[in-house]
Amino acid sequence: MSVLNGVSYGLLLFMLSAGLTLIFSMMGVLNFAHASFYMLGAYFAYQVSSWSNFWVGLLIAPILVALLGGLFERYVLRKTHKFGHVPELLVTFGLSFVILEIVQLIWGRTSVDYPVPPSMSGSLFKVFDSTFQMYRGFMMLVAILMLVCLFLILKKTRIGLVIQAALTHPDTTEALGHNVPRVFAIVFAAGCALAGLAGVIGGNAFITEPGMAQSVGAIIFVVIVVGGMGSLAGALVASLLIGLMQTFAVGLDWSFAGGLARLGMDITAETPGYSLLKLKLSQVAPILPFLLLVVMLVVRPKGIMGTRDD
Amino acid sequence: MKRAIQMSAIAVAMGFAFGGVAHAQNVKIAFIEGLSGPFGGVGQNQLKHFQYAAERFSGKNANSGVNVEVVPLDSKGSPQEALALLKKATDDGIRFVSQGNGSNVAGVLIDAINKHNERNPGKEVVFLNYAAIDPDFTNSKCSPWHFRFDAGVDMKIEGLTNYMKDQKDLKSVYVIGQNYSFGQQVSKFTEEMLKKKRPDIKIVGNELHPLGQVKDFAPYVQKIMAANADAVVTGNWGPDLVLLIRAANAAGFKGRFYTFYAGVIGTPTAVGAAGADRVHMVSYWHPNAELSQIESVYTGFKQKFNEEFYTVAAVNAVRFLVAGVEKAKSTEAVPVARAIAGMKMKGASGEDIEMRASDGALQQAMYIAQWTKAGGAVKFDQENTGFGFKTVRYLEPAMSTMQTSCKMPKR
Repeated sequence: MSVLNGVSYGLLLFMLSAGLTLIFSMMGVLNFAHASFYMLGAYFAYQVSSWSNFWVGLLIAPILVALLGGLFERYVLRKTHKFGHVPELLVTFGLSFVILEIVQLIWGRTSVDYPVPPSMSGSLFKVFDSTFQMYRGFMMLVAILMLVCLFLILKKTRIGLVIQAALTHPDTTEALGHNVPRVFAIVFAAGCALAGLAGVIGGNAFITEPGMAQSVGAIIFVVIVVGGMGSLAGALVASLLIGLMQTFAVGLDWSFAGGLARLGMDITAETPGYSLLKLKLSQVAPILPFLLLVVMLVVRPKGIMGTRDD
Repeated sequence: MKRAIQMSAIAVAMGFAFGGVAHAQNVKIAFIEGLSGPFGGVGQNQLKHFQYAAERFSGKNANSGVNVEVVPLDSKGSPQEALALLKKATDDGIRFVSQGNGSNVAGVLIDAINKHNERNPGKEVVFLNYAAIDPDFTNSKCSPWHFRFDAGVDMKIEGLTNYMKDQKDLKSVYVIGQNYSFGQQVSKFTEEMLKKKRPDIKIVGNELHPLGQVKDFAPYVQKIMAANADAVVTGNWGPDLVLLIRAANAAGFKGRFYTFYAGVIGTPTAVGAAGADRVHMVSYWHPNAELSQIESVYTGFKQKFNEEFYTVAAVNAVRFLVAGVEKAKSTEAVPVARAIAGMKMKGASGEDIEMRASDGALQQAMYIAQWTKAGGAVKFDQENTGFGFKTVRYLEPAMSTMQTSCKMPKR
């Protein structure tokens, strides 16, 4: 059961980081506003589903987010592109604040009620006593479908071929008559759509609030650094790794105090550093991804499947 | 013509005179609370409670005409921001401060107010704490300037464990809470008191998670279920309780919940039908309390804001403040604090409540209530769920009172 929870959370992370890593490998720029597009996806879906229903939201919200992303690329990012990477980075950084403020202006500073559709809130199956919610299964299904589509598009279609070519040799691709800036815009919009889709699905599985971008923002950077900058497969592995790690860590009550006690040492409240020693693994679970990030940067800076050596 | 001018001059003069009397007694409360951020929803809702309490129990609705004005200041739930806002409030000449969501914030406010009052004689500030219930505030860290209108963790756990003690089928309990002073106190007191009252109940888990950070409680619920817990005791509030209960319902957890804050905004919706007869709440009042004297406040609030009313502490804070100003015949903090200390009134259940002078803790009745299908004793359902709270135990003030170790300095 923990495995399934971990995998479903990991796949959601992958949906988020796939778009980010795609944009990064294409433009060489980290999109700081990526998590904000995730938030927009959730809010759009909330709005649309309050007017009609969840399924319409699932369809429309990612398209809206993609449109916004495309417009942002065309009219802002492309203009700053010629000044180099730092201005690009700063623009996306600024955008994340703009989106946050706009969201707070429109939908307020508190969480909105965006429920899981009733048809999906039942149980899918039972393991011992605990049930696996149908919606979690749906989350996994959507993520896997998205993964397959992404793979097929990139590897089997002509557009995918052009994208891959534009990734590594933009000048040559342009010389062959392809509109590389447009390819950039499409990739950026598609990346945002993926984030939006993750928002539609994650927003009601967890919570839709202005703080949601910030809370996943840090994690997805961990995912793409650990997975290897610009590597989709790496992002998948890292997402699953982090999802599973967080889920399992919560379930483990290991602590230094317990370990030392097993070794025959006498650990009591009077032992120096007891408050640190008694910390349980479950209590530090939320910081484990960041620990992994640091360790990964020290041991293997290019990430699990990264190819860049610079 | 001349006469008319004379008449109007007299009328104006009289108007000034009467106007002067009516406006003389205006008291401001700086409402320093997280009005945005993860717990912003709860803060906004509590602000409405205060504003409504001021509307109903002060100004033209108070015999003396003492008017309470609530000044909202958004601390975003952060102790640092709250300190800056306290400074702003004192600079603006506000003498009464209220806060409740987060004992971590209340703790720094108490310290800061103690220092401020020491350094600024004549400009003292009084803290009307409506919900931060770390028992240290009325014991080791007690302050002459702090009055708490909610019941402390010790009082609540005492009442809760007295009830749990009589649940013969209860064999194992899992304690989960937010990792800060309040959550740690809940876990400590639950373990201590259960061990004393029912040593056969096994504490199968004692978990602390980061405050307001966890969005996916599924792994925690898995752990609770793997430990075969019959019941969960939690002090979680706001989104931390909503998400925990939602995850428990999704995973099909069938055990009982003993909570402090299941009635807080958003939580009843999350509990829903799945929580029927399983979710409990310990509190000083609930909408279906049989002895409730404030039904019109409950229904009036619901009508006005379309949200549930549950923070009677806001009403009591305003009532004590108004009565304190009346008794002290002053709006300055020191005389009002002296007037409030030891003051007695009728509470929301018609019981005799007293702001105990020796520790600044309001002595009041307690209820253990169970989430039950509406109808019969459950007159009011919550958030249109068709379910509401039913009293399963009522504790008079004398039964829920706790000893204090406070050595109160002079007010």
